[in-house]
Amino acid sequence: MSMYNANKKGFYGKFGGAYIPELLHNNVEELRLTYLDILGSDEFKTDFDGLLKDYVGRPTPLYLAQNLSEQYQTNIYLKREDLTHTGAHKINNTIGQILVAKKLGKKRIIAETGAGQHGVATATVCALMGLECIVYMGEIDIQRQAPNVARMKMLGATVVPATSGSKTLKDATNEAIRDWINHPHDTHYIIGSVVGPHPYPDMVARLQSVISQEMRLQLKQKTGSETPTAIIACVGGGSNAAGAFYHFLEDENVQLIACEASGMGVDSGKTAATSFVGTEGVLHGSKSLLMQTKDGQVVEPYSISAGLDYPGIGPMHANLFETKRASFVAVTDKEALDAALELTRLEGIIPALESAHALASLKQLQFKKEDVVVINLSGRGDKDLSTYMKHFEL
Amino acid sequence: MNRIDSLFKNKPSDVLTIYFTAGYPNLDDTESIILGLAKAGVDLIEIGMPYSDPLADGPVIQASSKEALKNGMNLDLLFDQLEDIRSKTQVPLVLMGYYNQVIQYGLEPFCKKANQVGVDGLILPDLPLDEYKKLCAPLFMQYELTCTFLVTPSSTDERIREIDAASSGFLYAVSSHSITGGDSANNLSDYGSRLAALNLKNPVQVGFGIHDAKSFQAATAIANGGIIGSAFIKALSKEEVLENKIYSFIEGIRV
Repeated sequence: MSMYNANKKGFYGKFGGAYIPELLHNNVEELRLTYLDILGSDEFKTDFDGLLKDYVGRPTPLYLAQNLSEQYQTNIYLKREDLTHTGAHKINNTIGQILVAKKLGKKRIIAETGAGQHGVATATVCALMGLECIVYMGEIDIQRQAPNVARMKMLGATVVPATSGSKTLKDATNEAIRDWINHPHDTHYIIGSVVGPHPYPDMVARLQSVISQEMRLQLKQKTGSETPTAIIACVGGGSNAAGAFYHFLEDENVQLIACEASGMGVDSGKTAATSFVGTEGVLHGSKSLLMQTKDGQVVEPYSISAGLDYPGIGPMHANLFETKRASFVAVTDKEALDAALELTRLEGIIPALESAHALASLKQLQFKKEDVVVINLSGRGDKDLSTYMKHFEL
Repeated sequence: MNRIDSLFKNKPSDVLTIYFTAGYPNLDDTESIILGLAKAGVDLIEIGMPYSDPLADGPVIQASSKEALKNGMNLDLLFDQLEDIRSKTQVPLVLMGYYNQVIQYGLEPFCKKANQVGVDGLILPDLPLDEYKKLCAPLFMQYELTCTFLVTPSSTDERIREIDAASSGFLYAVSSHSITGGDSANNLSDYGSRLAALNLKNPVQVGFGIHDAKSFQAATAIANGGIIGSAFIKALSKEEVLENKIYSFIEGIRV
């Protein structure tokens, strides 16, 4: 039994589980009892692999970034999730979950979204499969992310503003959960990250694990070895990191490096670096690390990157932190912006702000000339153009 | 005997439970609301510990929780406000909130403090049965706190039995498939017959959607009584004298 994967009850060490009101018991239990059989079935595998190949555009390239490698005097490979359909790794999960939802006979799909990437990925698969789609999005995020709201609407989704609490991702998630309570029979909730009650963290990690599965094959072809020196990924809730780490969890010689957004700085009070400032707690149905007051009230996070602007991390990552299997690095807004510009100018690739946090860690880490470093480039930067325009005075 | 157990022993029907959010409408209303409710003849009181992310709650309780937190409510303050309550009333008191608040306070310190100020029981809707049995049950017993779990119309008979076995004080029967504050406490009779046929060890209070005399009567027809939360909170406001508001609200329920 792996110490880094979920056990039968959905615990990663002391983190995980299903801390849910009884009102959600049947929904979550239905999924818990069926997800492994569905994901393991030949029918699912055929459909999932087929869609990932022909619709999403997988496998995504593993690209040796020579100019970036020269800059940091090592060998840097970029896993190009930014080249997938809809522009980020999020689609791997939504393709998988829409197939699960269909298998379970669900007619109505709900999702939460922060920056809108998961909302767009969900609206996309719902359009493809002809299912009703309702996306909860914080009222403030709706204003900040107008182009993604328009994309979701064009795809036929209903975007519902979350007006409770702080009106951002945390509250959109609360609203989606409340919707699920109110629709116990016909609705599947597509959670966008490795968070939520068991089985979500494990299910989403499995669906995203295609990233590291491909990496192993591609590394073997390109370097002669399936295992690199290190894998670097950004962590908000942590789905792209979970996917990038998954098939390397047991290879203890592979360094796993998780990059969190520290906003204006870890101690500034304007941060989303959960592993640095968080404590053990329960949020959105699982026990994990959580940014909270000493009274257990959830603290509103801050990051320039809406995709990392979440007050917790998935229980898998809390356990990787606790066991020291992964090292956690904090990256500020400023460092992420610099890294985004650096990659753009050196390699001609405009990264998403989230992915730029992973790139920025290169300045804090030391690698040898012969090391092989894989950075998961989780998404492309089109959605962040207005931020880049503002900061780079374009 | 625990005050909740004595209540149901002496009064097996028409038990009226009222929920309010501590710190709402004003930070220091806790004592006046409890005493006002007791005086108006309410049998059991649920004190809501306001939380930033109340998953199972509808807009009314969300809004009152947000307001209460803005007013400065926290657990230390709430326990301070309850310090002298037992010299003034013997109405059974239950604390209701989310498990994270208890984890942060510390499980044992929380139980100890609750017992010390005279709280009789707890309702933590997101506390899983497994975790309760493993970590909480011995402490709740030591500090004489009952633990009420929720069942819903979609809970299987087997699940209801399991939850009833773990619960003490009373069982919280959610009236419908919805978060708090709806108005759908209809068609309760099938649910009631099912619960009755299970010969549960705990008395049953029906909650969610109970908001007026008619829905309260529907609850009492199938169980030992009903719980009103959102409708009561809606009736409270900053401007009017609390005692009058409370009295007229309860009078409207118990016609």
